[in-house]
Amino acid sequence: MDEGLRSELSKQGIFTTKMEELYNWGRKNSVWPLQFGLACCAIEMIATTMARYDLARFGAEVFRPSPRQADLMIVAGTVTKKMAPQVVRLYNQMPEPKYVIAMGACAISGGPFKQGYNVLKGIDRYIPVDVHIPGCPPRPEALIHAFMTLQRKIDEQSLTGPDRARHLCPETPSEFPIPQFGEHDLVPPSNPQVWTPPRGATAASGQ
Amino acid sequence: MDPAEHNYLFLTVFLIVAIAFPLLPLALARLWAIKFAPPKPGDQKNATYECGLESKGDAAIQFKSAYYLYGILFLIFDVETLFLLPFAVAFTGLSIGAFLAMMIFLLLLAEGLAWAWMKGVLTWR
Repeated sequence: MDEGLRSELSKQGIFTTKMEELYNWGRKNSVWPLQFGLACCAIEMIATTMARYDLARFGAEVFRPSPRQADLMIVAGTVTKKMAPQVVRLYNQMPEPKYVIAMGACAISGGPFKQGYNVLKGIDRYIPVDVHIPGCPPRPEALIHAFMTLQRKIDEQSLTGPDRARHLCPETPSEFPIPQFGEHDLVPPSNPQVWTPPRGATAASGQ
Repeated sequence: MDPAEHNYLFLTVFLIVAIAFPLLPLALARLWAIKFAPPKPGDQKNATYECGLESKGDAAIQFKSAYYLYGILFLIFDVETLFLLPFAVAFTGLSIGAFLAMMIFLLLLAEGLAWAWMKGVLTWR
């Protein structure tokens, strides 16, 4: 529909929309997160949902205790190597469309525990992360900002065409390989489908 | 059409609406799924357990039925204490007949316990 005609119609009090916009409008305002916290960031996540910061204003107050009913995984906290397979399995069990917010320094990179032998250096090594939030821990405002960023991202996704949303392509996977415990580390150390080591990284720092 | 002659017409309309009301959204969702959203089932996605952990073993495990007899014995003596308490309170004022009746009751229960003991109910195997 022509943009000029549309604005002309809206001036006359006639609201026009597209199926895609209606779909995305409904989706972005009813993102249900998975009730799932890993460390201290989870406390900030809980605070965000409570009355003072009130995530319910964005349609995301319904934290689901089951991955089957959730749209959004907020990885809130340090992901240990022991926990990583469970996080990936929960992500795999979520129905499409699904999104991930990596909350806090630990979830995006390992944070202050990056040198730890048992800490995963960012959950984006195994699952596709939509929004990263830095901070240790990020304030509730930061989570709300990330949430609004995700809403904008959902709003811009198209239903058809080559650049349509990931979950609408039949060939993109819905399940990602779950890492196993190897002799020294998780095997594989990262999923090459979703993560490549930053350029210039040496073998030692890219562990 | 005279409404008085078709007393049950509204029931038919009601039935049709009642069937269409839930079926229409389901059909629309189905159409949407066929047109846009490709299903992506998988082993992990279809797994029964949804806690992040892999389920191990069989869910249909069996408990020993031996506990059933043990439980019944416990219940009998649990109820017996209900009778023993008033018996003890009223003990000094009881006639010899009431005392004998209570003793026979206790003896019967003790006998039952001895029988179960001999049968090996109290031994957990």
